Amino acid sequence: MTFVYGDNIDTDRIIPGKYTKTLDMSTLADHVLEDLDPEFSKKVKPGDYLVAGKNFGCGSSREQAPLALKKSGIAVVIAEDFARIFYRNAINIGLPVLEIGKHFINRGDQLSVDIKEGFIKNETNGESYQAVKMPQVMIDILDSGGLVEYLKENGTYKL
Amino acid sequence: MTIAEKILSNHVGYPVKAGDLIICPVDGVMATDTTGPLAIQAFREMGGKQVFDKSKCVLVLDHAVPPPNERIANLHKMMRAFAKEQGIKLFEIGEGICHQVMVEHEFVKPGDVFIGADSHTPTYGALNAFACGVGSTDLAATMMTGQIWLKVPESIKIVCSGKLQEGVSAKDLILFLVGQLTISGATYQSIEFAGEAFEDMTLASRMTIANMVAEMGGKTGIVHPKGLLLDYDFEVIEPDENAVYLQTFEFDVSGLEAQISAPESPDNVGNISQWEGTEIDYAFIGTCCNGRLEDLQAAAAVLKGKRIKEGVRFLIAPASKSTLLDAMNDGTLQILIEAGASIITPGCGPCVGTHQGVPGNDEVVISAANRNFKGRMGNPNSNIYLAAPATVAASALNGKITSSANAS
Ligand code: SF4
Repeated sequence: MTFVYGDNIDTDRIIPGKYTKTLDMSTLADHVLEDLDPEFSKKVKPGDYLVAGKNFGCGSSREQAPLALKKSGIAVVIAEDFARIFYRNAINIGLPVLEIGKHFINRGDQLSVDIKEGFIKNETNGESYQAVKMPQVMIDILDSGGLVEYLKENGTYKL
Repeated sequence: MTIAEKILSNHVGYPVKAGDLIICPVDGVMATDTTGPLAIQAFREMGGKQVFDKSKCVLVLDHAVPPPNERIANLHKMMRAFAKEQGIKLFEIGEGICHQVMVEHEFVKPGDVFIGADSHTPTYGALNAFACGVGSTDLAATMMTGQIWLKVPESIKIVCSGKLQEGVSAKDLILFLVGQLTISGATYQSIEFAGEAFEDMTLASRMTIANMVAEMGGKTGIVHPKGLLLDYDFEVIEPDENAVYLQTFEFDVSGLEAQISAPESPDNVGNISQWEGTEIDYAFIGTCCNGRLEDLQAAAAVLKGKRIKEGVRFLIAPASKSTLLDAMNDGTLQILIEAGASIITPGCGPCVGTHQGVPGNDEVVISAANRNFKGRMGNPNSNIYLAAPATVAASALNGKITSSANAS
């Protein structure tokens, strides 16, 4: 399933501040996007795609926002562009994010996504998109499965 | 070089320019009770044993203080235990909001690179420092290695000429600028604030300006140091004459009116006259944006000898314990309490909707905070207007959005 939302989806809408003070990440998925789309947490299934417009994830630095999406089963977040802290946080926790600029993807469209190549094909309307390339350090972090694993392997950063 | 390029070059030890990827040593790191527990967990998972420098890592209990439930009380307990184990400073409940205490206690100074696990970390740009917000895992990595990888940001310059009119504050100016640049206007970029309007600003007002860089998506935002006064000597960092800016904005702000940001985004901004008369239920002054002494004094100047409208509630959360003490000693607090305000524990208070003053359904809040996203204060069915402290006080007095110039 492909869920599609608009521009400037802020972190308060991804996961309200009142739920963020916890280390039990499974509870986050119950409330993800609840002020934007109360149906989302009931409908989302592992492997689903979340697609948005501009500036996805603006607002707070809460890592609980990408974590809540990851725990809900979302395989990749695709947006025109992202707010910077959200973008870093998503990579750091191993949630793939693809920045593709203006797009024509509608709720329910069939997508094929090659996360590694950053290539997306919208099977419903035939359009395809190439995502902006990430800095190598981010690719390495994502390849490790997140920043924790990356630092466990490398001990420090490598450019 | 821009200010950001200079500060980062000084830290890595070679000249850098916008777009370069760097691994940068940091002068300080900070996490709060929202981001700290996850950061501690990630630190351990990464194999962290000892923080890179005890004197440079700080934890602050401010977002949910005192703890409203056992879950948060236990997170606080975990943070205290970590601070004790590592021998690092932890600011206890009631000592204040992270950004306020970092500046007051001089954990961040001009020219520093500071990483905070909170999106309003750019506030320290008031001090001519490079400060940016990150999430918990980045913070954990920085706490362990003393370094962070960064892309040197491009810079935007905002030049404001003219002096602000009497009764128009730094908050009105930054709301105006957020409205102009929009919520994503500075994404990934550093902002430099320059011009006459900033030159006679207090440190507190400069913090209000740099604070809302977060509401433009900026990585950091630095106020030009001209006129900056601190209790200690420091070296200023100025941009070179030939510094390269992605964009330059120029505004003459001498005629600027009080501003309002209407629901549900901080960049939904206009002159107060557009909203004057909107009835309010709840007024709030506090936060890292506007909870400092000059903000409480601005409210007291409006409310002296008066009482707020019956049926309106008015909460004040001082930005820190020293703000609270100063406001007590100079009589500000007495005026505010007699006018009908309730004073709550220094800290974030109701800003982030965790506790202490969640609005009811369909209620209208006027707040001196920096964010009014849907659900921000804990109830998605309420409406939050953002304004300067004087406007919040005048609105509490009349029970409707009112410019301080029209307060009676
Ligand atoms: S006062 Fe509000 S905006 Fe500032 S750090 Fe606290 S929760 Fe964040």
